[in-house]
Amino acid sequence: MAVETRVMNCIMCPMGCELTVTIEDGNVTNVTGNTCPRGPIYAKNEVTAPKRMLTTTVAIEGGALPLLPVVSADVLPKERILDCACYLRGVKVQAPVKTGDVIVENILDLGVNIIASRDMELHEQ
Amino acid sequence: MSQLYDVIIVGGGPAGLSAAYSAWENGAKKIIVIERDRELGGILQQCIHNGFGLHHFKEELTGPGYAHKCIELVKDKLEIETLVDTMVLDVQSNKTVIAVNPEKGLLKLEGKTVILTMGCRERTRGAIRIPGERPAGVFTAGAAQRMVNMEGYLPGHKIVILGSGDIGLIMARRMSLEGCKVQACLEICPFSNGLTRNIVQCLNDYDIPLYLSHTIVAIHGEKRVTGITVAKVDERMTPIPGTEFDIECDTVLLSVGLIPENELSRGLDLDMNPLTNGPVVDQHRETSLDGFFAAGNVVHVHDLVDFVSEEAEIAGKYAALKAQGKLSSDNRTVKVSAIDGVRTCVPQKITMPAQIPADEKIKLFMRVAAPHRKVKLVVKSGDNVLLNRPLPVAKPSEMIAVEIPAAKFNLIGEEISVGLVL
Repeated sequence: MAVETRVMNCIMCPMGCELTVTIEDGNVTNVTGNTCPRGPIYAKNEVTAPKRMLTTTVAIEGGALPLLPVVSADVLPKERILDCACYLRGVKVQAPVKTGDVIVENILDLGVNIIASRDMELHEQ
Repeated sequence: MSQLYDVIIVGGGPAGLSAAYSAWENGAKKIIVIERDRELGGILQQCIHNGFGLHHFKEELTGPGYAHKCIELVKDKLEIETLVDTMVLDVQSNKTVIAVNPEKGLLKLEGKTVILTMGCRERTRGAIRIPGERPAGVFTAGAAQRMVNMEGYLPGHKIVILGSGDIGLIMARRMSLEGCKVQACLEICPFSNGLTRNIVQCLNDYDIPLYLSHTIVAIHGEKRVTGITVAKVDERMTPIPGTEFDIECDTVLLSVGLIPENELSRGLDLDMNPLTNGPVVDQHRETSLDGFFAAGNVVHVHDLVDFVSEEAEIAGKYAALKAQGKLSSDNRTVKVSAIDGVRTCVPQKITMPAQIPADEKIKLFMRVAAPHRKVKLVVKSGDNVLLNRPLPVAKPSEMIAVEIPAAKFNLIGEEISVGLVL
C-alpha cells in the first residue's frame, strides 16, 4: 500500500490554512491543519479531481460599461477553466442585467451555470 | 448651500458604505457619502474575482457582489444621502467639507463629525525607481485590472509581473484567462507578499514561475517594452552582479504595494503613523482631531475587505454616537505599541472611559515584520498579560486580528504592547 503525505494550502478562503494530507493508494485518509470543514473537502478534491471557481467578463451592449463581470455558480474542473474562459470571450449580452441572472446555462455541458456578478442598467447614451 | 450633517463620509467604497450603514443603525439622522467615481462601490467594482465576504456576509462573493451588498444597505434610506461624481477638494478642521460636482457645482457641507474613507492607491514605477528606458507598456496592476475588467481592452499580450502583491497575482490569472502569456512574477523579498491561496490558484495553476529575491534591473524598448533584465538580489535587496538574465515581454505590471490616500488627512494635520502611512486612531477609529474618524485602507492597507467593513462599522457607530453627544469625554488615553516582530498595530491608542460601557470591544489588527512559524502573539500591559495567542503561521501579507477579552480591561494600565514570542 502506497502512503504519501502532502502539504498543501487550502484555497477555499483567504485564511489559507496549511493542510497536511495523508494519501493511501490515491485516496485521502486523513487531513490535519484545517480550521473549518471546507479544508478536508478541498483536500479530497485537490488530490482526486481539482476544481476551481471561474470569474471573468462577457461583452455587454447598452450598459454604462462594455463588460459585465460573471462568475460560475459552482466550481468547475480545473482542467476545463481555460476552455470556459475562451468560450465566454465570444459571448455578448444585452443590458439591462441583474446580479444573479444566468448568462450561460450549463457551460460546455459541465453542469454549471455562469451568472452575472453585478447589475448593469440600460445606459442612456 | 449649507446644511449640518451628523456624519459626512469621504469615499463611497466598502469602508464608506459600511460606515454609513453603521452610523444609521446607531441613530445618526443625517448622513452623506461622497464618492468621486461614477458609481458607488469603490475598487471592488474592478475586483471581479471571488473570495470576498466570507467573514462579513457569511457567503462567498465577487468584488462587485460585495459592493452590491454594501450599496443595498444604504440605498432607499431617507437618512443617508449619496453623491457620486463628486470630488472632495478640502476638509477643514471645523468639519466643513468642500466638494465639486459637475451638476451641482461647488458644494460646502458642514458636519458634526467626518469619517475619512478614501482607501488607498498603488505605488508606481517612479516610487520604486526602476532603471531603464521609458517605453509604453508599464502599468500598475490595478490600472491594468480596470482596463481588462471594466473598460474592455488588454494592456498587452506577453506579461511580466513585478511584485507578488495580491493584485499582481490576481492579474497574473486574469491575463492568462484572457489568452495572454504571463512569463514570470518577480518578488524582491525572499517571501511572497500575497495571500498563499493566490500563489496557489493564480500562479501555480497556470504554471507561472515565481522568482523570489529577484527584481528588474532594466526595462528595454524604445516605443514599447520589448523585454526586461532580471537579477537576483542579496539580503540587502541589492542586485547581485553576474546573476542577470533577460525575459521577453511587451508589458510590465507593477504590484509593489499600496499607499493609503491621505492628502486630505495631511491637510488636516492629523497625527500620522509613519509605518502604516495612515492616521493614528483609537479603538473607535477616531483620529487625533476631535470628531474626525477614519477607517479602512486609508488607516492601514488591509488584505480582506471583510475587515475593512468591520473597522468602518466601528467608525460609523462612534461617529454617530459622537454626533448625538453620547460619547464619554471623561477619558484617559492608553498607547498601543507594536514591538518584537510586530510591525504595525491598529488602533495605535485606546481611549478608556472612567466607566467602560458593556458593549465596548477592543480589537487589534496587526502585521508581523517577517514570516514565522509556531510563534505566540502576546498582548501585555505592564506585567499583565491580556492575551496570549499561539499562531501556527504568521506572515507579513496576512493581517492578524485579536480581541482583548472584556474581563481583562481592568488590567489595562498606561500602555499596551503587542509582540511576538518565538
